[in-house]
Amino acid sequence: MTVQSKLPLTAAETALVDQFGTRVGSLPGNANVVQIRDRAIQAIKENGLPTRRVEAWHYTDLRRLLAGVPADDPAADAADLEPVLSDAVRFTLKNGRIAATGRVESVTVQSMADALRADVSGVSLADHGIIDATGLINAAFVTDGFVVQVEDGAEPAHPVELQSLHDGGQAHVRNVVTVGEGSRATFFDRQAGSDAAVLDTAVTELKLRKNAEATWITVQETGEAATHLAQMNITLDENAKLTLFVVNLSGKIVRQEINADVLGEGADLTFRAVNLIGDDAHCDITLSLGHLVPNTTSTETVRNVVTGRAQGVFQGQIRVDQIAQKTDAQMACNTLLLSDDAGFSTKPELEIFADDVVCAHGATVAEIDHNHLFYLMARGISEKTARGLLIKAFVAEIVEELADERLIEALETRIDRWLEAHG
Amino acid sequence: MLEIKNLHARIAEDGTEIIKGLDLTVKPGEVAAIMGPNGSGKSTLSYILAGRDDYAVTEGDILYNGESILEMDPAERAAAGIFLAFQYPMEIPGVATMQFLKVAMNEQRKARGEAELTTPDFIRHVKEAAGDLEISMEMLKRPLNVGFSGGEKKRAEILQMKLLQPKLCVLDETDSGLDIDALKIVSDGVNSLRSPDRATIVITHYQRLLDYIVPDTVHVLSKGRIVKTGDKTLAHELEAHGYADIINAAA
Repeated sequence: MTVQSKLPLTAAETALVDQFGTRVGSLPGNANVVQIRDRAIQAIKENGLPTRRVEAWHYTDLRRLLAGVPADDPAADAADLEPVLSDAVRFTLKNGRIAATGRVESVTVQSMADALRADVSGVSLADHGIIDATGLINAAFVTDGFVVQVEDGAEPAHPVELQSLHDGGQAHVRNVVTVGEGSRATFFDRQAGSDAAVLDTAVTELKLRKNAEATWITVQETGEAATHLAQMNITLDENAKLTLFVVNLSGKIVRQEINADVLGEGADLTFRAVNLIGDDAHCDITLSLGHLVPNTTSTETVRNVVTGRAQGVFQGQIRVDQIAQKTDAQMACNTLLLSDDAGFSTKPELEIFADDVVCAHGATVAEIDHNHLFYLMARGISEKTARGLLIKAFVAEIVEELADERLIEALETRIDRWLEAHG
Repeated sequence: MLEIKNLHARIAEDGTEIIKGLDLTVKPGEVAAIMGPNGSGKSTLSYILAGRDDYAVTEGDILYNGESILEMDPAERAAAGIFLAFQYPMEIPGVATMQFLKVAMNEQRKARGEAELTTPDFIRHVKEAAGDLEISMEMLKRPLNVGFSGGEKKRAEILQMKLLQPKLCVLDETDSGLDIDALKIVSDGVNSLRSPDRATIVITHYQRLLDYIVPDTVHVLSKGRIVKTGDKTLAHELEAHGYADIINAAA
């Protein structure tokens, strides 16, 4: 790559480089890990944070958006968070340090920091190259996380809830979760914190082995000054089935990357996302899904509600390899804009090299239906309540696809709370 | 109860005048039929009464119990007791019918300073009203009006009317798309609500509905004005001779 003219580092970039210098000695990891961390921060120093000129970041100009980086605060004590479902077992990180671990039968859990100090197979700080700001910042600064293994053939009796909580400063977490052959498990991935400024990165490796079935629910409720950069790297082996449900409810700058490779025949991915974006937030979901073998299926539905001066982004890329015949992939992104200053950018992208596939994508952006609103109001329902009903109906449609009634209720309660504040 | 005085109204978007000096008075207990040819402004009048903002009132006033309602939004008018049974009820995916009914009843109660209904009370009210209209509870589990047949939609409108107990009912071509059995069920529903303190405006094309819902007064609407007023025999006259004679005589 030839760099024509190197831009001076921004305040945020400088802060990252400087803070790395002071923190590197205390970050966990053996010599290999230190080398990877060094390379990661060098990549940021040399190339800067991605701008709109980088295609993958075109709608989320991180260099412009990230005004600064608050200092790490190891003493921060984030508030505890109740699990989404009462029977879920919590594994909690506060500002990137393990604060609590639970115990679930047939699930082994170890500390990422420990794994980085030893050479544990399957655990690495791999990134996706110089444009991977999320992966690079996380690799440079990650302090801890959980390495979770669900045994083969197991059906844990309790959902596993991984929590990354923060109260200002920084939180850099990396989790590696493997769902063993033929096992079935439910996971919650919680991101939450106070309204203090925070830079929070979260990288998750999720591997479903042959015949594994998993439901993974990400609930992002970071504070109003949070920068949350998340990345999931997913692999699905033969006949594995994953339901991935992402709910974004808050945060200031949110980027949720999902890289999924469907590696085994008969595998299926169901991806659903609800993004409720208000005030002056920026929320980006960037999906890159590879169907790499024949006979695999996926559906992707993203529903967005955007209000205030908020901006939303969905980039959905589906790659179908030349050998991946009989792939069936259906992608849709629907957006409800509630204010004149709100905006949403959608970029669907299909790269299909096989000739016998069914792939479709569709996107809509609309306002609340005027006729529907009048009908509800003509029955005495106040404008605010009527709008709330219609907005909720728009997102409830995909929430209600979830099988577990308690889960539907838990998510709808959060949606109601958001509507109460923003509707 | 209702006094419309020299009302002029336009389509807000393009300024086309639809209502051109309309006068109408409806007393408590009265059933007033408004008949008129296509394009005379019948549906527009019903929308204006309900407060739809696609129309702008440029002159005149609408008094409801002596007070102007022009500044009230549709929800405020409904809470005050004005109910429009739509000619084409909206299908709203994702909003369950029962939830909608409960929210509507409670919002109106709240607006009037009354306590919310308990769930058992609510269900009891719905079951009672639905039974008379031959509406199954299965139907009410579906999203609002979604997949309802034309007749089911009209019966669902009357169900809402029975549950909300309005003071002024405006029925906009409630007979359109109804077969004779459904027409009878719907008419019985409307008639069951007749009372000395409630007024009903029945907007219709045809005299047929008025055999079932017998009006006290009949008003002929043409080109945005009431051109003739009479009793129920006027409807029969219209049925026999058409609108042309009366409209020409008024012009």
